[in-house]
Amino acid sequence: MDDRRTPLARARGLGSAKEGVHHWSAQRLTAIALIPLVVWFAVSLVMLSGADYPVVRAWIGSPLVMVMLILTIGIGLHHAQLGLQVVWEDYTAGAVRLVMIVFTKFLAALFGLGAIVAILRIGLGG
Amino acid sequence: MSVANRPVHRPLSPHLQVYRLPMLAILSILHRATGIALAVGALYLAVWVMCAAASPRTYATFQGFNVSILGRFVLAGWLFSAFFHLSNGIRHLFWDAGYGFELKDAYRSGWIVVAVSAVATALSWIVGLRLI
Repeated sequence: MDDRRTPLARARGLGSAKEGVHHWSAQRLTAIALIPLVVWFAVSLVMLSGADYPVVRAWIGSPLVMVMLILTIGIGLHHAQLGLQVVWEDYTAGAVRLVMIVFTKFLAALFGLGAIVAILRIGLGG
Repeated sequence: MSVANRPVHRPLSPHLQVYRLPMLAILSILHRATGIALAVGALYLAVWVMCAAASPRTYATFQGFNVSILGRFVLAGWLFSAFFHLSNGIRHLFWDAGYGFELKDAYRSGWIVVAVSAVATALSWIVGLRLI
């Protein structure tokens, strides 16, 4: 092979220091986790239709449901902000892109933490 | 004007207004559209548990929206988006693992996604929302 570059230049051409793939693999990992969680949640939602306030609160507050619900909302919002980041990267540029990606991530963190506090309040009282 | 920058009249790419999208392209854009819808749906889900934690009155207001025509429409759309994005997402994971790239396979898995999400959506609407 005719390669006249220095070893350093060639190493640089091979890509970054194993960090670039993180977004991609995090999106897939959260996707796999969401398969059972979304099936569980969709079935639960259909079973809960027509349930009144005390029934819904008792359901949210039971230990297993608390864990599953926190996982579903937490991982779901993480997966959502990873996906929306790609959407902004595809259709916007410059300052708009940066502002929208930061806004998306902050919104996901805000609603995610808000939901977790709400679930814990229902289950643990307060 | 040099040869290099003389304007060349090549055919333009097909315009979306006149080009009939192939089935695979429709599924592709639908995956992104349902993904965006579900991102908003996840915020809605967060609002749901926050309303349940707040007070019976707040929850009643939230439920009032859910049983309205618009609320039914949102929930029905949420269920469809979830089932479609879930089954098409599994299809994407197979592609990521290196399987099903042949055109024939892509069409077959595409129709499986359409069938699974249609049946799951219809079932959830009938049992959960009593729409039909």
